[in-house]
Amino acid sequence: MLLKITNLHASIHGKEILRGINLEVNEGEIHAIMGPNGTGKSTLASVIAGRDVFEVTEGEILFRGKNLMELSVEERAREGIFLGFQYPVEIPGVSITNFMRTAVNEIRKYRGIDPLPAGEFLKMMEERKKLVEITSNLTNRSVNEGFSGGEKKRNEIFQMAMLEPTLAILDETDSGLDIDALRVVANGVNKLRTPENAFVVITHYQRLLDYIIPDFVHVLYEGRIVKSGGKELAIELEEKGYDWIKKEN
Amino acid sequence: MGSDNNQFLDAYTTGEYKYGFYTDIETEYAPKGLNEDTIRYISAKKNEPEFMLEFRLKAYRHWLKMKMPTWPHLTIPPIDYQDIIYYAAPKKKKELKNLEEVDPELLDTFNKLGISLEEQKKLAGVAVDAVMDSVSVKTTFSETLAKHGIIFCSFSEAVLHHPDLVKQYMGSVVPFTDNFFAALNSAVFSDGSFCYIPRGVRCPVELSTYFRINAANTGQFERTLIVADEGAYVSYMEGCTAPQRDENQLHAAVVEIIALKDAEVKYSTVQNWYPGDKNGKGGIYNFVTKRGICKGSNAKISWTQVETGSAITWKYPSCILLGDHSVGEFYSVAVTNNYQQADTGTKMLHLGRNTKSTIISKGISAGRSNNSYRGLVRISKNALHARNYSQCDSLLLGDKCGAHTFPYIRTENKSSIVEHEATTSKISEDQLFYCQQR
Repeated sequence: MLLKITNLHASIHGKEILRGINLEVNEGEIHAIMGPNGTGKSTLASVIAGRDVFEVTEGEILFRGKNLMELSVEERAREGIFLGFQYPVEIPGVSITNFMRTAVNEIRKYRGIDPLPAGEFLKMMEERKKLVEITSNLTNRSVNEGFSGGEKKRNEIFQMAMLEPTLAILDETDSGLDIDALRVVANGVNKLRTPENAFVVITHYQRLLDYIIPDFVHVLYEGRIVKSGGKELAIELEEKGYDWIKKEN
Repeated sequence: MGSDNNQFLDAYTTGEYKYGFYTDIETEYAPKGLNEDTIRYISAKKNEPEFMLEFRLKAYRHWLKMKMPTWPHLTIPPIDYQDIIYYAAPKKKKELKNLEEVDPELLDTFNKLGISLEEQKKLAGVAVDAVMDSVSVKTTFSETLAKHGIIFCSFSEAVLHHPDLVKQYMGSVVPFTDNFFAALNSAVFSDGSFCYIPRGVRCPVELSTYFRINAANTGQFERTLIVADEGAYVSYMEGCTAPQRDENQLHAAVVEIIALKDAEVKYSTVQNWYPGDKNGKGGIYNFVTKRGICKGSNAKISWTQVETGSAITWKYPSCILLGDHSVGEFYSVAVTNNYQQADTGTKMLHLGRNTKSTIISKGISAGRSNNSYRGLVRISKNALHARNYSQCDSLLLGDKCGAHTFPYIRTENKSSIVEHEATTSKISEDQLFYCQQR
């Protein structure tokens, strides 16, 4: 098993957001997490990635058998956890090329592999750029600085392609995307899918799930997973709306 | 991103000062306080000729009429100039002939600091003048340098053995009327380094002075004078540390550089005075006047400074570009942490034609520190086709520190080009998380 979350409780500034999450993700699976605004979807993603503004008060997260609570944000990243941000941050003065080179080589170092020679690295960049249909001059710019909403999201998927994570959590990567960008992002995910890795896709809308077919759909409401099912659950949700969930709980 | 970087940051922001030890060594002091008698005492201690005493007294009388500058972006607690010892010297029994006669405690001190005064180490190619509190302890390599006609000795020796050179150049770049601290220094300076490179000589080794403040309640007032004659070249380096103490100590130095026609002087500083503790207690007040003049055509002066220490830094290594085609450079990295304050930068005064200057300043602030760049680029009417390029970048770590830039540019002719570029970036918690995640 890749990820096992047991009775996870987390709070921010004393306010409890996650109230007992249980989730198991195996290699090769795609999980979709849906739910209305403010129910803890992004918090769950941040807690798995290790953001320290959230305090885990109870429960545990195991990643390939390792207790994530004992690992820092960067150690989790090196273990193969990738978080695609809902709002990618701008980093002025750091070019995407340099940023990625540092990240890729840090992960290699952690796994005891020599740094990638510059030539091979650039070749890899070109290859992965095609995957997400990024034009070449974008990667010469500072990370996300002055990027449009769509470019930022594409850049997230590009970075995911470069880092080849074992577990990728995409936090509302589809929000704010037009239909073409949505297709590009979804294509990226589908091409990167292997029997060894897994994706957790957080989304509001069923729309993305037309392109990325999930194996499981979970509905998060008030800090708990209140319903789980197959891809048909997403369609049911789309038809009945979240009020259906709210009434049942 | 690397945990190496984090470790470096952690090590830096929480790190202790490594050079904070104190050497227990017999020291002789001048009586506390400042008056004409103190100055006569210092002058007599050093067996100075009459002209030096005159210079000191004139400077002192001028200083009395001056006030501490208030324009820097610094908060300086009031300094009681009568509560400072102006002269402290490791006691020595007699004139030193060779290294064996240097107090072993002293050798130990400099060894601990990684500055070896022993003969074999000189092969490494650095000549060192070591200054402890007010006096020069030992200048290495002098004999070898003498073969090239290079004079490298303590300032006191220069006053005694090369009075003409001292008389000609001392105060010619930084007159005692220049500013409050320069006047104070001129009145009470006790030692420092003197260096003269004769015409056409390329100094074969790096010259270096190491300043150490050891005694308590003392100020260090040293003076460095470097003269590069026509076509000469020298690279000079200065390093400094001080013990960890709860009270503040004053360091007010003057450095003067004279580069004649076609001469080149590179001056580098690694300033690592005790910065005070995490709560801003103690630390050195570093109020320094450094200035060089490119007197002849094609002369070049280059300042490089790394500023990490001191509680308060007030320092503007400057260039007067008098000779046509002369070049001035200023490269600075200033790092402040905890409660440190730095107001540092440069002045480039373009007087000659086709003069060029480059200013590159990087400031990094962490903790509750404040880091200011203050620079003046002045291009006079006659400095036709002068060029200046300035770049100041600041990095802020955390939300309690400050970075400020005060560039002054004054151009009096139309054929000159002045460029200024500045960026400031603040690393937010969001950015940090983003980088760590990748």
